[in-house]
Amino acid sequence: MNTTLPPRLRLDRITKAFGGVHALTDLSLDVMPGQIIGLIGPNGAGKTTTFNVITGAYRASSGTVLLDGQAVTSEPPHKIARAGIMRTFQNIRLFSDMTVWEHLLVAQPHSGLAVRRLLPMRFSNRKTIERAEEVLEFFALGNVRNRPARTLPYGLQRRVEMARAVTARPRLLLLDEPVAGMNHDEAEAIRALVLRLRQGGLSILLIEHDMAFVMNLCDELYVLDFGILIAHGRPAEIRANPAVLDAYLGRAA
Amino acid sequence: MSMYYAGILSDIGILLLGALSVYIILATGQLSLGNAGFMGIGAYITSWLTVEAGLPITVALVIAALVSGAIGVAVGFPALRLKGIYLAMATLGFGEVVRSFLLNFAAMGGPEGFHGMHHISTGYIWTWAVSVLVLVMLIEASPIWLEIRAVRDDETAAGLVGLNATEIKVGAFGCGAAVAAIAGGLFAHHHVYIEPGNFSFERSVDLVLAVILGGSTVASGALAGAVMLVILPEYLRFLAEWRFAAFGALLIAMLLVRRQGLLDRALLRFAWRGSRA
Ligand SMILES: Nc1ncnc2c1ncn2[C@@H]1O[C@H](COP(=O)(O)OP(=O)(O)OP(=O)(O)O)[C@@H](O)[C@H]1O
Ligand SMILES: [Mg+2]
Repeated sequence: MNTTLPPRLRLDRITKAFGGVHALTDLSLDVMPGQIIGLIGPNGAGKTTTFNVITGAYRASSGTVLLDGQAVTSEPPHKIARAGIMRTFQNIRLFSDMTVWEHLLVAQPHSGLAVRRLLPMRFSNRKTIERAEEVLEFFALGNVRNRPARTLPYGLQRRVEMARAVTARPRLLLLDEPVAGMNHDEAEAIRALVLRLRQGGLSILLIEHDMAFVMNLCDELYVLDFGILIAHGRPAEIRANPAVLDAYLGRAA
Repeated sequence: MSMYYAGILSDIGILLLGALSVYIILATGQLSLGNAGFMGIGAYITSWLTVEAGLPITVALVIAALVSGAIGVAVGFPALRLKGIYLAMATLGFGEVVRSFLLNFAAMGGPEGFHGMHHISTGYIWTWAVSVLVLVMLIEASPIWLEIRAVRDDETAAGLVGLNATEIKVGAFGCGAAVAAIAGGLFAHHHVYIEPGNFSFERSVDLVLAVILGGSTVASGALAGAVMLVILPEYLRFLAEWRFAAFGALLIAMLLVRRQGLLDRALLRFAWRGSRA
């Protein structure tokens, strides 16, 4: 009897080449349901490229992306998002002129009849509004709800991006450097949010350069260097791995 | 109401619809310089349906809108591959294709034009204009308008949060083409005579100008722009030969001082508060 669940996300021998440059070579990676997995590596290692391939922003040169056992590799980005993979961006990409509140509405799929998308919000989409309220509260964004998101301080903008990604109730959340540029307290707040999201059943794959943050939060780490997986294991194992030290320190030396 | 004012009001109503057709497409970040083509399609189909097939004008307009909308969708797909100035040029080309097709379309008079339509009232024109304007303003308060704003702002990010940019951009082209066809059908039955030259590049530019002058970020901008574009040249009549030069200068001044056009969301909010205070 085999009752094991398929991984929430599986990358099976993904290769991505830009012209002659191999940004990713034969990358395989699993995220099990409810796991928080870290993807680390020096600058230019191919981490963001991995996210772009998963979300359909780039097409893999070869290999397969599976979400709960279903291949999504050749789907367009919006279908992959609707299938349950949402992300944030390394360079924040909020919609200009949109308030925080509007960001929480726009990313939600509309259930029921298509014409309801054409009716004024307040008459037609009670569920959407309730969900947005819930997410607003979860991310403690209530007091800036009507502010244009782009005018907020950097840390809050990152929060809005996370909130936008979460409103659609994804199964897998991809965070690209969620605490870059944040101070210790802000990073701690994000860590707490990520842990609470996991409690809610979300699986998370995150990229981060802040080693303390990654080591304290992730169940497992994957380490990339020049597009090649050089290590995979629990944080303590990775910390002691000579190949990883070499990739980071060898570069700095 | 004198004939003179009725004529001006009708012109404004028709231009309002034409401007809205541009506005709907522009809202998704696509500039169409070919909407006179859709107006022409609407004018000729509507006229044929009322004169030759004997259909009531309202039915004819709806059919013309549907046909033009379908053509708009067909134009919208290749338009996806183009951006900015290249899209503007391609839609300009589309408008010219329609015009030269009409010139060679002997069954509807070719260069001689087509007539035999019954004149419609200013009230009828404004019933359409106000209905479409109100409809667009309602849609501006709907979820799909948020999606449209997202796609205009950052198509890639919009796709990655689950929005189907193709559907939105092509859909906008279809809706814009349908509204332009209604404007064209009303134009034909207001002037009771049409010829291919009525739907030239200059008409497309007028429609875009109305939107840019009136305010390209709110539907009511199309109304303000249509009023300005029809009335200003009339007011400047005392300048005789110089009035179009003066109009051009006003236009440049407007773009320099207020690039977003006369109306925008901030101004409307301000006026709304003022009226309640
Ligand atoms: N669209 C593209 N075209 C060409 N090369 C690209 C493209 N996107 C990424 N690359 C290249 O792929 C490699 C990996 O880039 P990627 O952005 O994935 O790195 P990263 O691990 O996210 O780095 P960082 O930590 O600096 O964000 C780099 O050499 C980069 O120049
Ligand atoms: Mg990166």
